[in-house]
Amino acid sequence: MKIAITVNGEETAADVEPRLLLVHYLREVLGLRATNIGCDTTSCGACTVLVAGESVKSCTVLAAQADGLSVTTLEGLSDGPDDLHPVPAAFRSEHGLQCGFCTPGMVMATVGLLSENPKPTEREVREGLEGNLCRCTGYHNIIRAVLVASGQDPDELTGVAARPGVERSPAGGIEAAPGFSTGGPA
Amino acid sequence: MIPVGFEYVRATSVDEAIALLVEHGEEASLLAGGHSLLPVMKLRLAAPDVLIDIGRLPELDYVRVDGDVIAIGGGTRHRTLESSQLLAEECPLLPAVAHTVGDPQVRHRGTIGGSLAHGDPASDLPAAVLALGGDVVLRGPRGDRTVPITTFYTGVFSSVREPDELIVEIRVPRTGPAGWAYEKFVRRANDWAIVGVAVVDGRIGLVNMGPTPLRASATEAALADGASIEDAAALADRGTDPVSDVPATADFRRHLARVLTKRALTTAAG
Repeated sequence: MKIAITVNGEETAADVEPRLLLVHYLREVLGLRATNIGCDTTSCGACTVLVAGESVKSCTVLAAQADGLSVTTLEGLSDGPDDLHPVPAAFRSEHGLQCGFCTPGMVMATVGLLSENPKPTEREVREGLEGNLCRCTGYHNIIRAVLVASGQDPDELTGVAARPGVERSPAGGIEAAPGFSTGGPA
Repeated sequence: MIPVGFEYVRATSVDEAIALLVEHGEEASLLAGGHSLLPVMKLRLAAPDVLIDIGRLPELDYVRVDGDVIAIGGGTRHRTLESSQLLAEECPLLPAVAHTVGDPQVRHRGTIGGSLAHGDPASDLPAAVLALGGDVVLRGPRGDRTVPITTFYTGVFSSVREPDELIVEIRVPRTGPAGWAYEKFVRRANDWAIVGVAVVDGRIGLVNMGPTPLRASATEAALADGASIEDAAALADRGTDPVSDVPATADFRRHLARVLTKRALTTAAG
């Protein structure tokens, strides 16, 4: 079947099998390899892209379902490595990645989250990214990166700023999700 | 993982979707958000010949007041339920339950009609609609019929929906400020409920305590007779038939049902 999808602002079209997944359309038909396939079971979020502005897992969407719609991938966010979109810029400044495999999905899920909730609390960030797994377990700096990208001070929101002498500790702010706090009062 | 090949048709109206269902019969499946169907197709546990995409029909996407009830289009996505101001005021259980489904990406795609039609006993929304005492409106070539959620399910992944019918609407009462709560036990973020308990206005719906969503009837009756929450919640697993599987044994599920029912009733009582 013939489909036409606007990807990162550019018209694309192809004659594809109906069973072609959106992530395969992006990676194999268009050659856009930033979007990774992790679990392939709607769990890990590595394949997250925006469809019509909303985050989706592209391993569980048919390319046919995106026919006529607009899709944004990591490649479409920034003009270049020296002119990064605020979200990848914050992931870089806060070192919000370790191996980097989950990063394209984390970034796109963050862009989607901030479009719906521009000033999230720490807890809202944790819940907003619950569909994205980082198997390096590097969540702490990812949360900080999202808060920075939203124009907020992560030390204020996580309660670190209230504790002199504690530098870049993960924990303890009143908005921190229960069970995730690892620090204590100074 | 790649599904078995199929023909794809995007319906431009509910009437067209029903005509396509009539034409293709049991070889066809409806595709709404696709977040239940596509995973099982990728695992090749399902291989429909034809997918009829109803995921972009504005006529199935609404939340509105209709007299004493809230009418919700079958194609309304979880994200819409979750963020609906109308539901927050008129039926706050539903957005709270919708918020616990999957994760944000899943909620952007999944629909209430799809969730109800799929009929997974571990799904959140069917038990919530059961606790609400809602109705499911089915449309097919013979017209519309309204089925109470209490008689909608016939077993695991099965309901009274005929192959040529689709869920056009879900109708739930305007509960307003009546006490409500949803308790969901999971081991991992964005996982299916091992057990869930929805409480609203004295009715209790259980997730994953049998092949279909169930009411905790013994608990409801005890409460009506004046029993304490603690005593009534101890009966929450009466008449249930939970499975033993990898996440939990049947006995553990029974334990969870009692504990979560007590918590939910306590929260709902304010």
